[in-house]
Amino acid sequence: MSLADVSPAASLLSVRHLDTTFHTARGALNAVRDVSFEVGEGEVLGIVGESGSGKSVTLRSILRLLRPPTRITGEVRWNGENLLEVSARRMRQVTGGEISMIFQEPMTALNPVLTVGEQILESLRAHEGLRGQAANERAVELLELVGIPSPRERLGAFPHEFSGGMRQRAMIAIALASSPRLLLADEPTTALDVTIQDQILKLLLRLREQLGMSVILVTHDLGVVAQTCDRVAVMYAGRLVETAPVRALFTHPRHAYTLGLRLSLPSGGANRQPLKPIPGAPPDLTALPPGCPFAPRCGFVTDACRADEPRRQRVAEDHTSACIHHAELPAPSEVTA
Amino acid sequence: MSATARQGASQAAPARAPDARPMAFEVDGLVKTFPVQPTLFDRLKGAPRLAVRALDGVTLRVEPGETLGIVGESGCGKSTLARCLVRLHEPDAGSIRYHGNDVLALQGDALRRYHRKVQMIFQDPYSSLNPRMSVGQILREALGVHAMRPPKAVPGRMRELLDMVGLPADAADRMPHEFSGGQRQRVGIARALALEPDTLVADELVSALDVSVQAQVINLLLELQERLHLTVLFVAHDLRLVRHISHRVAVMYLGRVVEVGETEALFRDPRHPYTRALLSAAPSLDPEHTTTSDAVRGELPSPLRVPSGCAFHPRCSSAFEGCDVDAPELVARNGRECACHLYEPDGAAPAAPGDAGPGPEARP
Repeated sequence: MSLADVSPAASLLSVRHLDTTFHTARGALNAVRDVSFEVGEGEVLGIVGESGSGKSVTLRSILRLLRPPTRITGEVRWNGENLLEVSARRMRQVTGGEISMIFQEPMTALNPVLTVGEQILESLRAHEGLRGQAANERAVELLELVGIPSPRERLGAFPHEFSGGMRQRAMIAIALASSPRLLLADEPTTALDVTIQDQILKLLLRLREQLGMSVILVTHDLGVVAQTCDRVAVMYAGRLVETAPVRALFTHPRHAYTLGLRLSLPSGGANRQPLKPIPGAPPDLTALPPGCPFAPRCGFVTDACRADEPRRQRVAEDHTSACIHHAELPAPSEVTA
Repeated sequence: MSATARQGASQAAPARAPDARPMAFEVDGLVKTFPVQPTLFDRLKGAPRLAVRALDGVTLRVEPGETLGIVGESGCGKSTLARCLVRLHEPDAGSIRYHGNDVLALQGDALRRYHRKVQMIFQDPYSSLNPRMSVGQILREALGVHAMRPPKAVPGRMRELLDMVGLPADAADRMPHEFSGGQRQRVGIARALALEPDTLVADELVSALDVSVQAQVINLLLELQERLHLTVLFVAHDLRLVRHISHRVAVMYLGRVVEVGETEALFRDPRHPYTRALLSAAPSLDPEHTTTSDAVRGELPSPLRVPSGCAFHPRCSSAFEGCDVDAPELVARNGRECACHLYEPDGAAPAAPGDAGPGPEARP
């Protein structure tokens, strides 16, 4: 397909035509539709979108964290295997081993009745085969790595004794215990204060350098994307609508939704001028409009947009967009100036 | 009371002229503590009773017609301050004056009038509207309780209010769950406006909303403020939004106001080390503009054990001898108020020897 040329030089993970359907009381809900992307070695890929856009579901689908009857189809290529087809046993080796995940709410993701040390040791035992003193030493190292002060003493602490930021650090330490090659981070800083968010994001970037891992960072915050990611995938209504290197995405977005999102944010300056919102609200996934799902809210809409759902295509070097009008979109700097 | 408010309202940022006209709000030395329930073990041990000092001597001025942004991290007391201003919390000490009247002494009818004039809009549009009442009932209740209109004028006023916040007239017959988050927040605004307030206290007005919808509600707030000459207290943690809509900004840290100033000046040239840290921690939208070092070290201390002296000193890169002893007062200088020992006014007795730390000039 046209998407094959999007792949960066060496791709570590390759997601092809991922499709996830939930079964709800109101019928089937297609939360992720035909999503394809690649993650390169040592790359931080951002997946950005609003609530209900399918960004978290995409992440969870990669690790098959969604149980049947939820249906996941497509292909998740990892080390030459399709993770959607491997045995449950093999999947347990991958999950929390080769691929680790951290979540938004460290308090609910950590086990409240086990000490932080026990939770790290569990992973070390399962994935690294480390036990006893060696495991203990490694756990201390990990806590030190994520910036927890007096790590030896904190091994015996319970999650509730940690602050929000420290919990997130502890969760990262657990995730790193298995020396993963890919870290999936689902809104890891959304529940944190901005000064702590800053520390955690910089920690992730440092760890990426030190350990040479790749990261998929799911977020709704364009500021976080700008500061953290190498490449960005934008999701809307369950579809990937644009992928681009981070600079290109901010200087010249090629999808009307991305542009609208960027322009709806205040661009600095205390001018009290009206903002430029995207009209309307994100669509109901059970009743999507025909054609481009963004068409009802889009300022560039034409009849062609409403006819068929546009496919994502290559619009520039390492830049894809599912917008018919990608060539006519102005750069944000032209609009705000 | 309303006459003064209307008179004082202006479209542009009001110039600072402290004693020229009555302030909308004059808050002085406001203290609010929340006692912590001791555990049985603590009681047997005879441990001292702990209390969270949510507000620790807040002093603040709000001018009529301005938008004052109140920013800070969780636990800084910004929401407690908002709730004290509308008297949802009773402060332990200090005073609040609204257009010259002592708010904390208000009783009976005067208090009812105050509640009408100073309206709060809450953060969570899902829990601040009664799920069993239609939007019409919600508005009718507000109009009825304060006898804002004779009964036969109520339906007309309801249509007017819905129109004002950009909701269709048939919204009155619908229930809150039928609306999206942004629309619910509009209902919350309509309910507040039903009482024809002079002042809106908006606590995290758009935090629960999607980015693309936030701008819609912010625009509505800006438009209504101009139209109705409202004073707005905009409590939020989103610095970009606060910068966009506020005339002035107050920065809070652990129950104290640490810096107040005109928005643009404060964002361009933050004085207090905490303000600097907060602003540089906020992720910029420019991918070219990245930093690798942390904006500030350490975490927020527990509000039960606020550090001595300046509460920020354990995390402050400019802290010097004495910062851990004396809590700096909020001092006005060149239109900026700042509570930091780096900026002791000339002529005042310095809290620390001059050579003990970098002066303001030593910092970029």
